[in-house]
Amino acid sequence: MGKLRIDNVVLRFTPRMGRPVTALDRISLEVDENEFSVIVGPSGCGKSSLLRLVAGLIQPTAGAIYLDGKLVTRPGKDRGMVFQSYTLFPWLTVQDNLEFGLKLGGMAAEERAAVARRFIAEVGLEGFERAYPKQLSGGMMQRVALARALANDPDILLMDEPFGALDSQTRSLMQELLLKIWEHSHKTVLFITHDIDEAILLGDRVHVMTARPGRIKAEVAIDIPRPRSVGVLTADEFIVIKRRIMALIHEEAVRAMS
Amino acid sequence: MIASFLEAYTAPRREIPRRVYLTVSALVGLGGLLAWCALSYGGLVRSDFLPTPVAVLQAGIDMARDGSLLVNTTASVTEIMSGFIIASLISVPLGILMGSFKIVEAAVEPVTNFVRYLPVSALIPLLILWVGIGIEEKIAVIFIGTFFQQLILIADVSRGVSQDLLDVSYTLGADRRTVVTRVLIPATMPGVMDTLRVTLGWAWTYLVVAELVAGNKGLGYLILNASRGLFTDQIFLGIMVIGLLGLISDQLFKLIRDWLLPWASNP
Repeated sequence: MGKLRIDNVVLRFTPRMGRPVTALDRISLEVDENEFSVIVGPSGCGKSSLLRLVAGLIQPTAGAIYLDGKLVTRPGKDRGMVFQSYTLFPWLTVQDNLEFGLKLGGMAAEERAAVARRFIAEVGLEGFERAYPKQLSGGMMQRVALARALANDPDILLMDEPFGALDSQTRSLMQELLLKIWEHSHKTVLFITHDIDEAILLGDRVHVMTARPGRIKAEVAIDIPRPRSVGVLTADEFIVIKRRIMALIHEEAVRAMS
Repeated sequence: MIASFLEAYTAPRREIPRRVYLTVSALVGLGGLLAWCALSYGGLVRSDFLPTPVAVLQAGIDMARDGSLLVNTTASVTEIMSGFIIASLISVPLGILMGSFKIVEAAVEPVTNFVRYLPVSALIPLLILWVGIGIEEKIAVIFIGTFFQQLILIADVSRGVSQDLLDVSYTLGADRRTVVTRVLIPATMPGVMDTLRVTLGWAWTYLVVAELVAGNKGLGYLILNASRGLFTDQIFLGIMVIGLLGLISDQLFKLIRDWLLPWASNP
């Protein structure tokens, strides 16, 4: 049984003016322990809402989500999250941003300083401990956000298009960094993106989502050996998988148009 | 020459050299002063309508000597600061709550939106009835003039705090109380400081209205009193002192913001 189990989740909401919208329709999927799972889908398919449901930030209309067999009812530090938007606390230094969650957890000052330093080093930002977020570039801020989530040692890491706002060179670097970090932590990850390349590059498994209402259309195992680097983007096996996923998405787009 | 000037200075938002910037500012200031001199010394406008710069300066020196300038300025600053501080002490916490808790918004916003469009001068008769004609009345005018505007602006600041920032705090293990005290409130601080700075400027604009009633000191009273005797030099002086004090308080606020919130990006 999976570490994270999403069971027949439905999300429906009624806009202030208009008819009820079904954003997510009977979504079921599982993420195994130590698995890097990716959900890929077009904008507006409800994939971000799905991640917020897992985080416990919103509640499903029907269905249930379990983490380690326990029903998710509210947000908690067992589910760390990295957002697409910049979410560092601007009034805290890099060091204090990393210590924020640890402090809430009641960790002793010395220990949390050490943990923070370790993860700052992990994302390659030594020397920026005392910098404020406004002094950092977009890529650096997302590295801090990643380090902050990891420092809190969640059971699962939820990533909502974390590199979506970055330029393509920085995005490649961030993908490589994430691959490297994942290689020696094997943290359970649920990662959301609309970028098929990114999905295949990072994931052990890719769930393909359709739009309106959001459904899981297919599940594709990515058996490209690890460790991976951006070099695999041009490998034959990569292209084969990409073609398959593109066909699935295209099929859906055609269906939606007709 | 003209073509290259247009090319360089007609692009929207393009930076211009600091030297050019300062020169233009200085020229306009100087131009205004020159026009004033020409109109007053040239006899184009009668002196009881427009005093000469030297006459205004002389009025200032005279009033500084006899102490009335200090008395009036102190009185006005006391009124402004009292009204403004009382308004801020209530509007900042209430505004933050109003922008983030719908239940508070429902309770406060409709009334606020009604009151903030009422001209303060229309409330003066009631204020006289309720709080009298002493300094309380002046403070009340400043308070009403600033409080409701502050409330709406600070609620907007609070509403503008990114949802993701609050959400990420929950995923780091914060509970509701912690999210409010450790995330929402600090996140509003730059916007709160900017609002206070702008509304302090507005507070100065209510000064004359505040001192309209039964005043016996204050810069607004000075202006009103001088107008009865057609002492335009004193009117000008009063206006200039108010402008100058407004400018100083604005710059002070800017310094305080940079000092208290070094982490905030500049607006």
